[in-house]
Amino acid sequence: MSEHIVIIGAGQAGAQAIASLRGEGFEGSITMVGEEPFLPYQRPPLSKAYLQGKLERERLFLKPETFYTDAKAELILNVAAAAIDREKKQIMLVDGREIPYDKLLLATGTRVRPIVVPNAHLKEIHYLRSIADVDTLRAVFQPGKRLAIVGGGYIGLEVAAVAVKHGLDVTVFEAMDRLMQRAVSPQVSAFYEEAHRAAGVKIHFNTTVEKFEGGDHLEGVTAAGQTWPADIALVGIGVLPNEEIARDAGLAVSNGIVVDNCTRTDDPSIFAAGDCTWHPGREDVFLRLESVQNAIDQAKHAALAMVGKPTCYAEVPWFWSDQYDLKLQIAGLGRPGDRHVLRGDPAARKFAVFHLRDGKIAAVEAVNAASEYLVGRKFIAEGKMVDAEKLADLSIPMKTMA
Amino acid sequence: MPKIKFIDHTDKEREIDVPEGWSVMEGAVKNLVPGIDADCGGACACATCHVYVDPAWAEKLPPKTDMEETMLDFAQDVESNSRLSCQIKVTQELDGLVVRTPKNQH
Repeated sequence: MSEHIVIIGAGQAGAQAIASLRGEGFEGSITMVGEEPFLPYQRPPLSKAYLQGKLERERLFLKPETFYTDAKAELILNVAAAAIDREKKQIMLVDGREIPYDKLLLATGTRVRPIVVPNAHLKEIHYLRSIADVDTLRAVFQPGKRLAIVGGGYIGLEVAAVAVKHGLDVTVFEAMDRLMQRAVSPQVSAFYEEAHRAAGVKIHFNTTVEKFEGGDHLEGVTAAGQTWPADIALVGIGVLPNEEIARDAGLAVSNGIVVDNCTRTDDPSIFAAGDCTWHPGREDVFLRLESVQNAIDQAKHAALAMVGKPTCYAEVPWFWSDQYDLKLQIAGLGRPGDRHVLRGDPAARKFAVFHLRDGKIAAVEAVNAASEYLVGRKFIAEGKMVDAEKLADLSIPMKTMA
Repeated sequence: MPKIKFIDHTDKEREIDVPEGWSVMEGAVKNLVPGIDADCGGACACATCHVYVDPAWAEKLPPKTDMEETMLDFAQDVESNSRLSCQIKVTQELDGLVVRTPKNQH
């Protein structure tokens, strides 16, 4: 009898797994279960072009419907998976259906971290994770509205950039003392702070939102003992891994579903890929990555593991963010204690910060600087020793260092 | 609607209607043209949508931005007619454009 692979989660990792399974010659049947009513789609444009109304919904879909029919993958959409029965090797859906599997891939992704303060239920308080979230937000995204953004991370800042250009009055409340604190170096934070302020965004640091004000409608945001008026709020304070279905089935979880570097859980029939995984990074330090790159690469490795060709996952993580005319490209992961080397001039809106560790590049953050990003990413992968003086010297082209 | 002709590495041709305003990459991906990954979805962040533009068309395309130029500098098997297909926006003037896709993007 032919093998049946079931995928829970219809996002970037799930779609990639189908492509890779068929690419690896898997001939059994595939079923993918997704909670949202849509074909797998790209999330990055949601806070950018889709919010701006510059991208129609159908352009978000990763693959056309014919891809799934050609791949003979059955899609069960708009239904969440409820549980895994590892003994019977089947999953249960919330509508009561039972689907048997031979191998199971968990690509369950993440969900937004809710803000837990008084009046957080008010309908003018938005999150941004799905098509539905943006459709709701866009309906009230009108010039002149006062938008309070809770959280100065990627989501909050990408929305701030779109909103201020659209004529909204934007204020960002950040609990830490700088923007994108988890993701970038202080120099890059400072540069983005300046760019946002210049565009008209107001930013408050060290300001934890304590309460939303209002009765039937949102009227304001109280933070650090002070109240600011607001018509709409967007909360972007991170995400939580959808790990409960794994945990309830007795699989190991720890800020994500625990997998080895071949995407295997401790059940030989169950694998996991994407944002939901707690996995050994290329430096063998367990971590969770929220990125397109990780979803794609881990799904490729999961497909290999499921067809019996497990290979180690050791790709260099990469990320990007578009805000205004600024393209931020990041490769690798910085750590406290890394030496930061600046190349180029932030005032020219084109520069990079390299993170050096033990004489090698550990990470690069590049703003409108693709050479620095690409060469940096290559050097990280190769573990190449670099000369900090040369890296900082703009008269030496990046290409000649490669 | 402008028609774009994609020729894959096995010389198989596919003529595809691509709406104006879409990128050449989107036309390829939505129609399952092989050889294009487009991991970043068109943000000019990954260089996995590299194509070769028919020389007769090279001049008629909008010029490369610095970002595209640099991303291409580091792509594999780059030729003078290489482009990132996510950066070519389809217009009526590009009706009949011919591009070749590589075997794969790595």
